[in-house]
Order: sequence, then C-alpha cells, then structure tokens
Amino acid sequence: MMTTSLPTDFTLAEARDAVRAKKISARELTEAHITAMKAAKVLNAFITETPEHALDMAAQSDSRIAKGEARPLEGLPIGMKDLFCTKGIRTTAASKILENFVPSYESTVSQNLWNAGAVMLGKTNLDEFAMGSSNETSYFGPVINPWRATNKNENLVPGGSSGGSASAIAAHLCLAATGTDTGGSIRQPAAVTGIVGIKPTYGRCSRWGTVAFASSLDQAGPMTRTVRDAAIMLGAMASYDPKDSTSINTPVPDYEAALKNGVKGLKVGIPKEYRVDGAPPEIDALWAKGADWLKAQGAEIVEVSLPHTKYALPAYYIVAPAEASSNLARYDGVRYGHRASNVRDLTELYEKSRAEGFGREVERRIMIGTYVLSAGYYDAFYLRAQKIRTLIARDFTEAYKSCDVLLTPATPCAAFGVGAKTADPVSMYLNDVFTVTVNLAGLPGLSVPAGLSADGLPLGLQIIGKAFDEATVLRVGQALEEAAGFNAKPAAWWKS
Amino acid sequence: MPVDKDTVRRIARLARLAVDDDQLEPLAGELNAILAWVEQLGEVDVSGVEPLTSVVKQRLTMREDVVSDGFYPDDLMKNAPLSEDHFFVVPKVVE
Repeated sequence: MMTTSLPTDFTLAEARDAVRAKKISARELTEAHITAMKAAKVLNAFITETPEHALDMAAQSDSRIAKGEARPLEGLPIGMKDLFCTKGIRTTAASKILENFVPSYESTVSQNLWNAGAVMLGKTNLDEFAMGSSNETSYFGPVINPWRATNKNENLVPGGSSGGSASAIAAHLCLAATGTDTGGSIRQPAAVTGIVGIKPTYGRCSRWGTVAFASSLDQAGPMTRTVRDAAIMLGAMASYDPKDSTSINTPVPDYEAALKNGVKGLKVGIPKEYRVDGAPPEIDALWAKGADWLKAQGAEIVEVSLPHTKYALPAYYIVAPAEASSNLARYDGVRYGHRASNVRDLTELYEKSRAEGFGREVERRIMIGTYVLSAGYYDAFYLRAQKIRTLIARDFTEAYKSCDVLLTPATPCAAFGVGAKTADPVSMYLNDVFTVTVNLAGLPGLSVPAGLSADGLPLGLQIIGKAFDEATVLRVGQALEEAAGFNAKPAAWWKS
Repeated sequence: MPVDKDTVRRIARLARLAVDDDQLEPLAGELNAILAWVEQLGEVDVSGVEPLTSVVKQRLTMREDVVSDGFYPDDLMKNAPLSEDHFFVVPKVVE
C-alpha cells in the first residue's frame, strides 16, 4: 500500500485500514477533511456543511473502534449529494422551492451508509433537481471544477448533476461521496474531474427518500477516487428495500473481493456506434488505448453493434421530462416548500409558488414533459420514446451474446468553461450522449479516469455491464485503472 | 408541429406554472428547438414493438395490508408553509 503524508490523501480503503489499525482516529481524519472543506469555499461544492454533526459521528466511531466494533466504513468522512433526504438536516435538491426543507426522515441509501459507520461532512451541491450536465442550474450557484487547463486560470464546470460531489472528491475535501445518475449524472462529472463513479443497475440501490427526478431512470451510486473505493462504498449503499417497489431482492455480493479476479478471458465489446462525428480525436485515441490495455491483460476485444444508440438521447429528453413533470407536481406551495404570497386563489397559489420556486431549466423540462404527455401528443412522443427504449435495451441484449462488458468513452469532451454551453440547451444535453443509453436500459455503467486531454484535463472511459453484474464491471474498471496509472492531481489553486 | 404562444400558455396552465407574457415567445422558441431535435425519433420503425415500462423483469411485490407507519402529525406538518391545528391552510376554495 502507498504511504501518504496527509489524511486527505488517503483513498477510502487506505483510510479504512488506517482507522482500523488505530494509526489515525476517526476524529483526526474528520478534522483534516473539515479543514480542507472550509478552505475550499470558492469551489462551492457544498450547499450545507455539517462539521459539528461530522465530529459527533466521528466520536461515536472512535468509541466503536475502541470496543473493536468497527463497521465497514467506520469513521470515514464522506459528502452526501443534497438530493438524499437527511433527517433533521436541510435537503434542498439545489432548488429555491426546497431551500428551507428539513426532512423528518432519512433516505435508505444515506441510512445504509450511516449504519456502515460513515461520517457526513455535508450536503453537496448539484444541478437543481439533478437537471443539468454542468452544475450550473443550482439555485446555490455553480460548482467549480478543481481542474484547470494547462497554463490557464479560467474556471471550468465539474460536470453534472453530481458536480459538488465530484469537485469535493477531486479536491480531496472528502474521501468519497454519493451521487445519483438519471442520464449520466454520476459518470459524466466523474470523468471530467478525474475520479471514479458507478451507476449501478436500476433497482440495486433504493430510491426511497431520494428527491425524485425521473423515477424509471434514477439510480444512486458511489463516487470515489479509486475503483476499489467504489466497490467498497457500493457494497454499503446497495440493499433490497421494501419501501421502494422497484428495488430488487437479490443479494449484494462482496464487490471488493471480486476485484482480484482480473480480466483474463473476458470478452470486451466495442460498440461501433459510439464513434461520433465531431468528437475530438483524443477521445477516440484514448478509447483505442483502453482496448489495448485490456487486451494486454488477457481480455478479448470484439466489435459489436448497438444500432439504436443515436436515438437514445432524444428518447431520454422525452421520457425524463415526462416523468419529471409528473414527479414535480408535488411542489404546490401547500404541504412543504416555497409558497408565494399575495395570491387571490388556489390556482394562483400553485402557479406563482412554482414559478417563483423553480429555475429556468427545471421549468423548461416541466413544460416539455407536460407537452409530450398532453392529449393528442402522448402517442407521438411518449409512447414512441418508450418503444424506442425497448429497442435500445434489446440492442444491449444482442450485444451481450458475444461479449461480457462494453468499453466506450465516458464523455464527448473534457470539462468546459463556466457559461460556455448555457445558452443552448441541446448542446448541453449532448454531454450525456455516451452515458444515457445505460439509464434507458437500466444497466450498470462505470467511469474510470484514463488520461489527460491535450489541455491537461481529465478524460474517462466507461465500462457497461450486464444487469446486476457490477462485480465484473468493477473488475474491468480496476484493470483499466492499473494500466492507465492515472495519478495526475489538480494544482491546489482554490485553497484559502 | 411548431409550438406557438397560445400553446405555451396552455401548457403552462396545465403545468401550473405562471409565465409572464413576455416570456411566452422565448419559451416557445426553446421548446421548438428541443422538439425539432427529438423529431428524429419519427424515422425509427416501431411497429410491433412493445413500450418499455420497466427495465427489470420482476413482478411488483405485494405488502401485507396492515397499517405499518404513521401517527406523527407534528412531523408531517413541520415543513408546511402555513398550517393550523394539523391542517394545511390554503386560500378559500368554496364560496
């Protein structure tokens, strides 16, 4: 194991082992991360910092460790995406409408992490209601990527929607963090901040207590600095939950133990449709390198076809807004959330509370969703998109007849400048071109940092697996991680 | 199928979103741009294809038909912007 000087340089696995071996206390580990978090305000990675809460949790961890009762994540400080409801701690979904919402219950995923001994540093920033690919739609302001292009000082976006989690991990403000992924919201920010992120199979992690965006696509997952860390954290997050009717009752394997199996003899599919026009040549070059790395470790590379790939993104932008318009109907200014004042009647209360409480992108998606579900358009848009979803899922089933996993680029480009794509929604949506197919088919997808762009910015590769085969996905991810030897770090310009 | 100002007004009403008159035109433009882009789905032959309503092949499970949760009205009302005696308060709806 690598020896590190600072507690904030530990991986999650190293920190776990150090805490268990009593080389560092949970309190010391937590204090180091609180200090890092407080010195990085300029990144705007957290909406709500909870340092006192973190120290309380760390104290409990230290007493458990003293008694020899350490749990899997005992005393390890993490960030919690502010989409997971946390009991007694403000949960905003980065929106004005939930600016002062304090849940009286805990989401299943966060509860699982606390049951495993993790320590909460705070609630991380995101795009409003997780709708965005750059973390610029947050009511609490954009998150800044710790990475900057070589010899430049322009602020870049961390991707989205889990941009606060990604930025916090890349800047070593926390050991790991939770994300949610509806169309790429874990994998795309992970790729452009040089970290690891996995969207598990739909139904692997409970959606209960997570603010809903598009219920048939939403899935929680871990964001970490190494593949091993992702395996450890996923094991703690995943569970069968009777409170989520789409949660699947299947045992959670030991993902970390499965890592040792390597990739020898595995068949890795290369879907030819993921070569998109206009993508920078360095994306294709990295992809080819990834295939070579796996081949060198004994995997077999096979070309496969996913013919409906190009229809995934437009289908997503019908299905996701349709479900969002339905889910977000609950924000009415009556039971919780922002309420408009000076209204004449109930309809005006609804209309004004929502108009004042939602940001532009959220309104846009509610409008699109309402339109495609409205009388006369349902068949032409929503039903057609759901049929195309069947074809996309079928493409994967066919491909998996000749391979075990798929290897693709994670994003079509590296991190871009703050404000660079906000004027054109469709150009922003295209950031998810490689990730969104996986959500539509409900499959697991992992993003692993694999290299730097010509400008010195991180680029990721994606591994897509069969349903509930996260163990193989992680194994392949670790093989890529080892071969890539990605150890670049952003210069710590943000420290105050 | 271009979206005009009247359609935006109608959709906004269905979505219960107050939209200022000067925002109708820009919103129509944005919605049209997105709809023009998703129009390419029209070229896919979907005859005989069933819509995908669930990505996981499993039967929804039934829970026992018993009361298993509840009895905490204070918690439920905690985030209400306006309430009285455990009731949500809204503007008058009946004359």
